[in-house]
Amino acid sequence: MTIALETLLGGLMLGALYALFGLGLSLSLGVMKMINIAHGDLIVLGAYLCSAVMMALGVNPLVSLVAVVPAMFVFGYLLQRLLLNRVVGRGPLSPLLLTFGLSIVLQNVLQETFTADTRSLQAGDIALQGFNLGGVSIGLLPLISTLASVLVFAATSWIIERTHWGRQARAVSDDPATARLVGVDDRRFFALITGFILAVIALAAVLYGIRTPFSPTAGPERLLQSFEAVVLGGLGNIWGTFAGGLIVGVAQVFGAKLSSGLGPFFGHLVFLLVLLVRPQGLFGKAQR
Amino acid sequence: MLSTDHLDAHYGLFQALFGLSFQVSPGETVALIGSNGAGKSTLLKSLVGAVTVRPDGVKLAGAPIGGQAERKQLARGIALVPEGRRLFPSLTVLENLQLAARNGRPGEWTVERLLKEFPVMAGFQNRPATALSGGQQQLVALSRALVGNPSYLLCDEISLGLSPLAVNEVYELLGRARKDGLAVVLVEQNVKRALSESDRYYCIQKGRVVLEGASEKADHAQVAKAYFGM
Repeated sequence: MTIALETLLGGLMLGALYALFGLGLSLSLGVMKMINIAHGDLIVLGAYLCSAVMMALGVNPLVSLVAVVPAMFVFGYLLQRLLLNRVVGRGPLSPLLLTFGLSIVLQNVLQETFTADTRSLQAGDIALQGFNLGGVSIGLLPLISTLASVLVFAATSWIIERTHWGRQARAVSDDPATARLVGVDDRRFFALITGFILAVIALAAVLYGIRTPFSPTAGPERLLQSFEAVVLGGLGNIWGTFAGGLIVGVAQVFGAKLSSGLGPFFGHLVFLLVLLVRPQGLFGKAQR
Repeated sequence: MLSTDHLDAHYGLFQALFGLSFQVSPGETVALIGSNGAGKSTLLKSLVGAVTVRPDGVKLAGAPIGGQAERKQLARGIALVPEGRRLFPSLTVLENLQLAARNGRPGEWTVERLLKEFPVMAGFQNRPATALSGGQQQLVALSRALVGNPSYLLCDEISLGLSPLAVNEVYELLGRARKDGLAVVLVEQNVKRALSESDRYYCIQKGRVVLEGASEKADHAQVAKAYFGM
């Protein structure tokens, strides 16, 4: 029983990280109708950036966020402004091709700069700390990571529902041409959104790098996890993405318990099974 | 004065306007009359920046402003009520207005004033914008343009598909806005209504002005001929 509970908690905490991976993808798909194939590679880029900052300044990975988050925001803003804005709104194919190319470039630049060796982010003592709750042991770091994910989701959802930024996002998502008529500067707005997405990616990347070793080619696997979280939850539903991430995480951890090598397989299996039953995702609206 | 000077407009290879010259002065209401596909909506879209035209094609007080983004024209006080109302379905009525108010110009029209003067709108302000009747939606669409305090309001088919009662309500709101010196360009299928609401009119056919004059003195037979291209 305790083992089952520990496995479930482990799965939920891993899933919260996957959900955080998926949030950016969910936003770019929802607001800009754009699929970013380089999403996973950007996560890996964030992890390497953190590693570089740690080595240069000799700080803890969590402290490095102070530099990595703003840097990734600026990178995202410029990436959208200078490159991605050229293809947004021109159907799904152009952004797919462009970001596919970006993914290849990022992987090669990372390999060239940091070599193909795997790296990990050493968080020190905090990574080993944990506590016992009625016989169930919980690691401090996974708990922090889960709380961070919940907080980011809550904040994003609040921004979308309650603020002027959120109203702009929903308006652009509904009808970009009319949004421009009421004075929304969609190009600049997209740049801010991508900046925000990369800031979230930076946070996810650091939490991921502390947990798992990574290499320059680790991006596509992260993209797949993000994608599964988004599609499972249903397109255009922020909390759906969160739930989708949790489900993939739980399936993976339980699968790994059954047979240690089959964790990811079980994640994908559950994803496929859910899609068979509900092609629109768990919380998505049925196609009209 | 807002004017076009030998304006050409294209959608890709297709040319929609051919050397069209038009003007509207502050406080004036001008009707655009013509059949579907004549170029009325294209003219409005060119004025507001939604269709790209050459810079000196559109002039505001003599200065060339053609081909600039919608938000820049909005800041100059040129606003469009698009055909089909086009409210944002994911936003409530209030949010539709708040978004436009925040991005528009400050002035006499505020969200509060609109809701106060049109209590019927206050009644459904928290509903999703698309859960309304056509007439209610049109009131909101018109309010959404007004709340940005434009000097030139371009209205594309604001009575299309509405009940006669709803049409009267929409024109009542428009009438109230005109009292403050607002210039209005009206695209209206109902020729009689278009002429009775306007000071001057232009008949447009295949992207060209074929007839223009004072609405009071308009000869209905002549207008009908221009309309149908006979």
